[in-house]
Amino acid sequence: MELSNDLKNLPASGDETKIIKEIFQYIVIKLGDENFGIDINYIDNILRMQQITRVPKVPAYLKGVINLRGEVIPVMSLRLKMGLDEDVIDRNTRIIILKIESEGSVGVLVDEVKEVIKLSEDQIESTSGEGGSAESRRFVSAVGQNGNELISILDIASISLDDN
Amino acid sequence: MDVSQYLEIFLDETNEHLQSLNTQILNLEQNPEDSDTINEIFRAAHSLKGMAGTMGYKRMQNLTHDMENVFSEVRAGNIKVGPEMIDTLFQCLDALQEYTDNIKNTSDEGTNDNEPLIKLLNEYLNGKGAEAPAPAPAAPAETKSAQESDTSASSDKWNQIKFDDSQVKVIGEALKSGMKVYGINVTVKESCILKAARAFLVLKAIEEKGGEIIVSNPSSQDIEDEKFDFDFTLIVIAECALDDLIKAASDVSEIDKVVGAPLDMDKIHVEDEETADKEEVHENAQSEQAPSQEVHAETAPAPAAQAPAAAAAASKPADKKPGKPIVNRTIRVDIEKLDSLMNLVSELIIAKNSLVSASADSVAGSGSSNDFNEKIEYLESVTTNLHESVMKVRMVPIENTVQKFPRMIRDLNKKLGKKMELYMTGEDTELDRTVVDEIGDPLMHLLRNSADHGIESAEIRAQRGKPETGSIFLDAYQEGNNVIIEVRDDGNGIDVDAVKKKAVEKGVVTPEQAQTMADKDAINLLFHPGFSTAKVITDVSGRGVGLDVVKSKIEALSGEVSVKSVLGEGSTWTIRLPLTLAIIQTLMVVVGGEKYAISLGSIETIETIPAKDIKFVENKEVINLRGQVLPLIRLNELIEVESTSPQDGNLTVVIVKKGDKMAGIVVDELRGQQEIVIKSLGKYIKQVKFISGATILGDGEVALILDTNALL
Repeated sequence: MELSNDLKNLPASGDETKIIKEIFQYIVIKLGDENFGIDINYIDNILRMQQITRVPKVPAYLKGVINLRGEVIPVMSLRLKMGLDEDVIDRNTRIIILKIESEGSVGVLVDEVKEVIKLSEDQIESTSGEGGSAESRRFVSAVGQNGNELISILDIASISLDDN
Repeated sequence: MDVSQYLEIFLDETNEHLQSLNTQILNLEQNPEDSDTINEIFRAAHSLKGMAGTMGYKRMQNLTHDMENVFSEVRAGNIKVGPEMIDTLFQCLDALQEYTDNIKNTSDEGTNDNEPLIKLLNEYLNGKGAEAPAPAPAAPAETKSAQESDTSASSDKWNQIKFDDSQVKVIGEALKSGMKVYGINVTVKESCILKAARAFLVLKAIEEKGGEIIVSNPSSQDIEDEKFDFDFTLIVIAECALDDLIKAASDVSEIDKVVGAPLDMDKIHVEDEETADKEEVHENAQSEQAPSQEVHAETAPAPAAQAPAAAAAASKPADKKPGKPIVNRTIRVDIEKLDSLMNLVSELIIAKNSLVSASADSVAGSGSSNDFNEKIEYLESVTTNLHESVMKVRMVPIENTVQKFPRMIRDLNKKLGKKMELYMTGEDTELDRTVVDEIGDPLMHLLRNSADHGIESAEIRAQRGKPETGSIFLDAYQEGNNVIIEVRDDGNGIDVDAVKKKAVEKGVVTPEQAQTMADKDAINLLFHPGFSTAKVITDVSGRGVGLDVVKSKIEALSGEVSVKSVLGEGSTWTIRLPLTLAIIQTLMVVVGGEKYAISLGSIETIETIPAKDIKFVENKEVINLRGQVLPLIRLNELIEVESTSPQDGNLTVVIVKKGDKMAGIVVDELRGQQEIVIKSLGKYIKQVKFISGATILGDGEVALILDTNALL
């Protein structure tokens, strides 16, 4: 503990400073042509596509419910929620189970899960809503710089909110 | 002082005693002379006082103390029970309830001294004048003589303790190093409720004085478990004087007396073979203290009071009950533990279902699976029985919930200035614990409703030729897989025209609708939110938030409520609740390739209806089933899927009922009966009106459960 405090007091140059910066981990997913990051702390599980039982009379983005180890978990389409086209289910499609404090678990459908990245706090910049389509901007809380690539970081809280 | 571990027990027991006081005082009001009732009240008040004192709740103790005094005089026949006294006593109970609630919420009793009540109680006490001050001192005298005879018996108890070698060594070393060794005998007051807590405090007080307890009789574990009569003996090594220790121990409240003496090494019993014979003789001859201890340990759950009787029995006050009442063979179990047990049973049933479906698949292939099938059937019967047993564990009689109602009606009598009586039957009817906890409020609403709106004033009743005292009935009974609770009164009944008028005023229905509305539908308007027909708003009912809350609460418990009424004769409110909530028997149906479960409880019959038999009434499809016209619900339209079966041939129709309403649900296919575990759809999917949950089928697929009650 003391050591890191000492390090903090050093001038911010050289490799040592990286040690004390907060590192965040994100899972990079693909929706259409865009890559998004989801904070790994929210993620409970990543599943292959499985049978989803449709629930009648619910908003279209709610695809239905699945059985996850004996629990019934609702699943929604991130694409529809974000105003993109209907999902095309193929072998890369995954269901990511998010654990959200207030709402319990919910699954989201994504086109593909690509990788896990680590970003330090200076690589992340919070957005005030530029870039991306108008619909999807609502759900982006920050943009991360991963090498040459920009990753939109999803705001899980706003995804889990009801549209109404 | 750490009494927190006793807090829960204290609260539980206090509530029980308060409930019993409520019931008994009501009883007393009817039969002011009944000595059994008076005794019962006295005992409950006494126990309450002891418990409150032990826990350090002084105000509560004071109030119960005065109540106890009053009852003591009543019991002795020095005071007569009058109506004002009953009122005062009920106020006392309310005050005690308030203390208890405070303790529950803040673990502090609050600051209300309730002086007016205490004053009133004392007035009753003094009011009987100097007629008979005799009984009061009589009791202490009795205990005094008890103490005296007890002293001789207990004075040398520490000399009867058997020491083993190592203990003797410790004592020897202590003496050598200038420490002193004392034998101390502590007697707890017989009125003490939490003896173990008291004993614990005594031990702590001695330790704080620097005393080291090397031997105790009974063992410290037994003391902690309250496995001792009224006294225990300690051998203490300490530097300080004996008097200091005795004083520290006596300062603990509810300790009757503490005696002690330096240990005389010549008198103690060392447990080795040489002295064994001698000891036996000694034991038999002198006192049975030691052997009785063994007996005591073997018959642990038996009343502790009986075992070490030799010394104490003779000296016990005459009014002492013959031993403690035999404790019920029950245990308190945390409801969460039961829930987890229930979840495991659910898992087991799902696993069993998957085996059943796996076997069904394999049967198609081979013919030699008879054996396999038999075993699966066996498993099925075991899981069903297990489920039933676990359900039964969760069942409690509704008694605890309904017990408070007679008192409530009594209070309403006074408040509303009406005369009415509550009659209850079927208090022993059992329901799931969670349901019983929730059902209290709705029932209270209905009873208050009957008392306020139903029962007429005595004058009107007299005019109508009814008995002056109105009757309200609360009947509970089991009917199939449901429990029915009826609240019935012989009051005014529901004035349909008044209801309609009010509904129009409130804008719930249009005047035209009201005119054509059937009486039954009009009565159901009462359950509409924001509806109240009371002309005067009272704090009893009539705030317009009663009946709709009742309805939604009961529906949340998967139950239903209905009402029947005859104007001028009274009304009957019927609550129907399912016995079990978590696991139900269902019929699986298929519509448009999707599977849905329908609770067997709500299915009347299954019919095959030719499409040409469908008639139209007001543009809606109906069928005529054995003379009864039923609306037809096309499930595929409701859930917005394409039906896979032809619509012009024969239709498979599941006839469902809710109370006396019925409807036909058209499905594509029947898949047979299945026991399912109800799972919630989760908070995320906002309530779909006709879906009550989901379940996991044997093959892992999720199927939704159709709530047919919502369709009717």
